[in-house]
Parts: sequence; C-alpha cells; structure tokens
Amino acid sequence: MSWTVIQQALPVFAKGFELTLWLSLIGIIGSIIVGIITSLIQYFKVPVLSQIFTAYVEVARNTPLLIQLFFLYYAFPVFGLKMSAEVCGIVGLIFLGGAYMAEGFTGGFNGVSSSQISSGKALGMNNLQLARYVVFPQGFSLSMPALTANIVFLIKETSIFSVIAIPELTNTALDLIGMYYRSNEYLFMLVVAYAIILIPVILVLNWLERRVRYASFGD
Amino acid sequence: MLHSGINVLFEGRNFARLMAGLWTSTWIAVLALIIGLAIGTIFGVLRTLKNRPVRFILRIYLEFFRIVPTVVLLYLVYYILPRSLHVNWPATWMSVLAFALWVGAEFSDIVRGAIESVPKNQRESGMALGLSRLQLFRYVLIPQAFKLELPATINLATRVIKTTSLLMIINIMEVINVGQQIIEANNQQYPTGVFWVYGFIFILYFILDYPLSAWAKRLTAKQK
Repeated sequence: MSWTVIQQALPVFAKGFELTLWLSLIGIIGSIIVGIITSLIQYFKVPVLSQIFTAYVEVARNTPLLIQLFFLYYAFPVFGLKMSAEVCGIVGLIFLGGAYMAEGFTGGFNGVSSSQISSGKALGMNNLQLARYVVFPQGFSLSMPALTANIVFLIKETSIFSVIAIPELTNTALDLIGMYYRSNEYLFMLVVAYAIILIPVILVLNWLERRVRYASFGD
Repeated sequence: MLHSGINVLFEGRNFARLMAGLWTSTWIAVLALIIGLAIGTIFGVLRTLKNRPVRFILRIYLEFFRIVPTVVLLYLVYYILPRSLHVNWPATWMSVLAFALWVGAEFSDIVRGAIESVPKNQRESGMALGLSRLQLFRYVLIPQAFKLELPATINLATRVIKTTSLLMIINIMEVINVGQQIIEANNQQYPTGVFWVYGFIFILYFILDYPLSAWAKRLTAKQK
C-alpha cells in the first residue's frame, strides 16, 4: 500500500465520486416519484392502470439491474432508440428503484387503519383528498424503514453502471487498476469512497426515521 | 426482419450453451446460499448473546457488507486473493466465497431479529424447564425463529439469484457472458440478435425469481 499512489489518484477519484453522487440523487428522486405514483394507482385500484403497474413492479423487481441496463444500452438501439450510457443508467435505475419504492409505499399505505379511511369518506372526501390528507401522510411515515433501505440499495446499485462504461466510482477504480496495476490502493480507496457516501446517508436516514416514525398524528 | 432474429437462440448449440451458463449461475447461487445461511445462523445466534466484543465484531462484519456494493466485493476477492494472499482459486470458487460471506452477513441480521422477536415467555418457559442454553436455542428459539424469518430468507435468495448476473464481470462463463459471445459471433447473420438474446436472459431471470418472490409475499400476508 503506497500513500503517494493514493494521493495521485485522489483527483480522478473525486470526479467518479461526484458522478456517483449525481446519478444516485437523480435516480433516488426519480424512483420516489415513480414509486409514489405507482403505489397510489395500486392503492386506489385504478382500473387497467393498476394491472399494468402491478406487472411493471413484478418485472422490475424480479430481474437484475445489469440485464435491464444491457437491454437499454445494447438492445434498444436496434429499434433506433439510442441513449447515452448515463441516460441508460438513470432510466434503468429509476425503472428498478420505482418498483422497489412502490412496494415500500404500498406496504405503508396498507398500514393506514381502515377507520381512518372510512372517517375520511364520512367527511365527504373524494379519492384525491383521501390520498392527499389521509393515506399519504400516515402511510409515508409507516414506509420510512423501507424508504431508507431502498435509498441505500439504490446508491449501491450505481456500482453496476460500471459495466456500461459510465465513469462513476467503480468504473474509475477499475480503469486505474487497468492502467497502473495497483489493485490494493485503488480498491481500498473505492471501499472508503462508498463508506464516505453511505455512512452519513445511513445515519441521517435513521435519525429521520425515528423522528417521522414516532411522530403522532396531529402533533 | 425482427421476428427472424429469434432463430439466433436456436442456431447451432446456442440454446444448450445458454442453459449451461444458466446452470453455472444457479449452482453458484445455491452453494453460496447454503454456506451463507450456515454462517448467518451461527453469527445471528452469537449476536443475541450478551458478549459485547463478539457482538461488536459481528456488527462491524455486517456493516461492512451493508456498505460495500456486491460489484466491489467481487473485485475485492478477484484481485486481493491471488495478488496479495497468493490464493489461486478458480473465479467460480472466489465468487462463491464472496457471495457466501455477503449472504452470511445479511442472514445474521435476519436470524438475530427473528430470535429476538420470539415471545419472551417462550424463553422463560424453556429456562423454567431446566433447558441448557444450547437446548434452548436448539428446541425453542431456532425452530420458532425459522418460521418468522422464512419470507425474508426467500427474498434474500431472490436477491442472490439476481446478483449472479454480476458474475460476468469477473469473467465467469455464466449466462450473460455466454449471451454476449453468441451475440458477437452471430452479429453478421442476426443483426437483431442482441434484442433476442438479452430479452431471453431477461425472461430466464424472471422465471427463476418470480415464483420465489410471490411465495415470500404470500407467506408475509399470511403472517399478518
């Protein structure tokens, strides 16, 4: 292990680090949006749409991200739909993450007690109002643990982007290993880089989870 | 044009080769699961004991595997074992090792959670009957924990199966690597082959994983 090797590689790693952060952030936000829409459609059993989205969730959850990415990146251009590696990565991550988030939110929404729903209906709320004022706020706090797990999962999944040559952290490390054969140093830096991203994320999310989870309603 | 591309799957020995690749992925997943579940059970039980240093070390072990992505894990065993520790195993063995350690970490947390959620009076009744600690785990806690942890274990198995797709990065001849070779070899004759081969592998993974995750979902619904 040589510190000069590590020092020299720092600027290159910083670039990969930044890209991993950006891709994760966009992927997570996109996944949450897709997840909320999907789970609300499933919750209110919107005809036709809810069947389509249920099929989507099952397909996305039961296939690996790597093959989803290969399909987007190599098979879609056959039909003339060509996207850059970064766009494929983000689309793939949101496709996968949206399904995981949807599962988490559905679990939370189903945890909202039925007396809450009937009270809402008794007050004359329509489905949209029920979603906005009753199901969503309570269900969201119930789905916090799943949300935390999914966010950590999605950040880790960005490492798979390296297979379609997106220069994120893992790809950066592999490139350096290929060029200079210093696998110990670069792999050490890679593990540390993921720890630097994930440890604060896990701590903040756990804190948030405790705050939201035990907040009583109407507090 | 497009529909004739499907023949790429049945050209020569292509289909048999894809199935052989799938078999490689499957046996690695199954072996890693068996070893990993054994490691996880032992570590999970140890984590419920009151010994602080042991609990601390096992917690660090778990957190390491929670933080390091599986892709990185595979590269770690792939590069560090031969170069620094002079262990020259075939890549398949190394992947089984990496996966088993990862499964062991994840499963240890499932086991710990399940043992801790066995009702307290069960443990106390066992002690009142004069069971030793080993008997308590063997006859009271582990059998009851097993039922509680089953859905999470099945879900873990589906994740292991999906993660075998990563084996291609350390040059194991599993289904995706075979698929890539077939695509490259037939590119002239079947320009749309890439769609059919990756589409077929996509469906293969779905066929393996969907029944398992549906089963886990049914079990979870029943427990509620």
